[in-house]
Amino acid sequence: MKKVALAVTLFIGALLLYAAKDFSAWGDLQSPASASPVSKHFIADTGVDTEVPNMVTAVLADYRGFDTMFETVVIFIAGIAIIAILRCTGADADSPALERESDVATEPDLIVTNTVRLLIPVIQLFAFYVLAHGHVSPGGGFQGGVIMGASFILVALAWDLPKAMERLSVDRAVMLAGVGILIYAGIGLLSMLLGGEFLDYAELSHVLPVSPEMARYHAMLGVEIGVAFTVTAVMFAIYANLSTRGRLAGGL
Amino acid sequence: MFGEDGLLNELLVERFNYCVYVVLLLIGLYAMIAKNNLIKKLIGMSIFQTAIILFYVSIGVKEGGTIPIYVAEHDPHGHHAEHAAHREEANATEATEENATTAAVSNEEDHGHHAPRSLTDEETFGYANPLPHVLMLTAIVVGVATLGVALALTQRIYRAFGTIEEDDVLAAIRAEDASTVIPDLLSTKPKRVKATQRKAKKA
Repeated sequence: MKKVALAVTLFIGALLLYAAKDFSAWGDLQSPASASPVSKHFIADTGVDTEVPNMVTAVLADYRGFDTMFETVVIFIAGIAIIAILRCTGADADSPALERESDVATEPDLIVTNTVRLLIPVIQLFAFYVLAHGHVSPGGGFQGGVIMGASFILVALAWDLPKAMERLSVDRAVMLAGVGILIYAGIGLLSMLLGGEFLDYAELSHVLPVSPEMARYHAMLGVEIGVAFTVTAVMFAIYANLSTRGRLAGGL
Repeated sequence: MFGEDGLLNELLVERFNYCVYVVLLLIGLYAMIAKNNLIKKLIGMSIFQTAIILFYVSIGVKEGGTIPIYVAEHDPHGHHAEHAAHREEANATEATEENATTAAVSNEEDHGHHAPRSLTDEETFGYANPLPHVLMLTAIVVGVATLGVALALTQRIYRAFGTIEEDDVLAAIRAEDASTVIPDLLSTKPKRVKATQRKAKKA
């Protein structure tokens, strides 16, 4: 088996290296990806169409908004799937396969918990900064959401899962993830109700006292907030379920 | 072979980045095929994904280009703030001859830029390609989500079979298949037996 695998891998590797010869060199300005009209349009016209200086955010939340919305839905579905797969019911819950040798009740360490107590506000503030400043610097909803989710995971690591679940229970996390998608789809629907197409944020200038370009800026922020809600909640739900094999009790 | 136009020169010097991705990809692929442990297979899958992410990001690189965020003078809407700043500067300092002229020049430039204009082709070469970045941003997040689902399935397999070695799981499944008798679909008796068995178990 291993020899067959090695042969297959090496054959594919030889093919790929042979193909690599035809790829453009590092940093080539005329490479097909860089010379394509789509990429040129994104770089040249993002500043005209929107007020957002960060092209990555503009492409993510505006030009490819539909894609990103369902990307968020994929994350939501993954979170639900993990909960469904690991859910323990009835006789399953006390099966010996769930018992672990490391299940010993220990006090949370004093030094660790106090350090975490100091760190968590900073981490959460940084998450908000990354989220809100995603338009003018690297950042956005996915990144901010992951940092926010990490702060909850840190609570669960330093104390135990119930301590973290006091703040964000898995049920509430699922609800929060749904709310995130509703915010995203709601902004899309609102722009539809105002006479545009789905996720055509420029129409929001009818209800916001700003220019269409600035309306797209604000709508992108709203959309990113929705994404951040979903990502935060799903990251924590994934951790809570995987670390306890679906029992949602006990420490790490 | 090692000369200016040799294949190795072309591959290892000009396109060394692709060699790195190929190696990473092969490590991941080998782990996915050859390893017996399901967790090790998943580690292989993650390495495979990383290779593809690096490949895409490197496609967006441009020689001499910066990150895809407008620098101040290219930002068509950003000139308002700059304009105000210049004016304040000019008002605050006792404007020497030189200062005054530069302020005037920059004011003129600002007025010239007043209507938002799109960047010329030359200027677009100054920024890395944002599209691969966007695609990989979402790919990373979806990768995390799918990895989570895969780990959950692995835990479920462990709960059912007591092992995550693929061989043992397959052997257990085959043994189970061999021991089960396919019930006669027309008669309803076996079903009833099963139902009563279940009730007995629960009780």
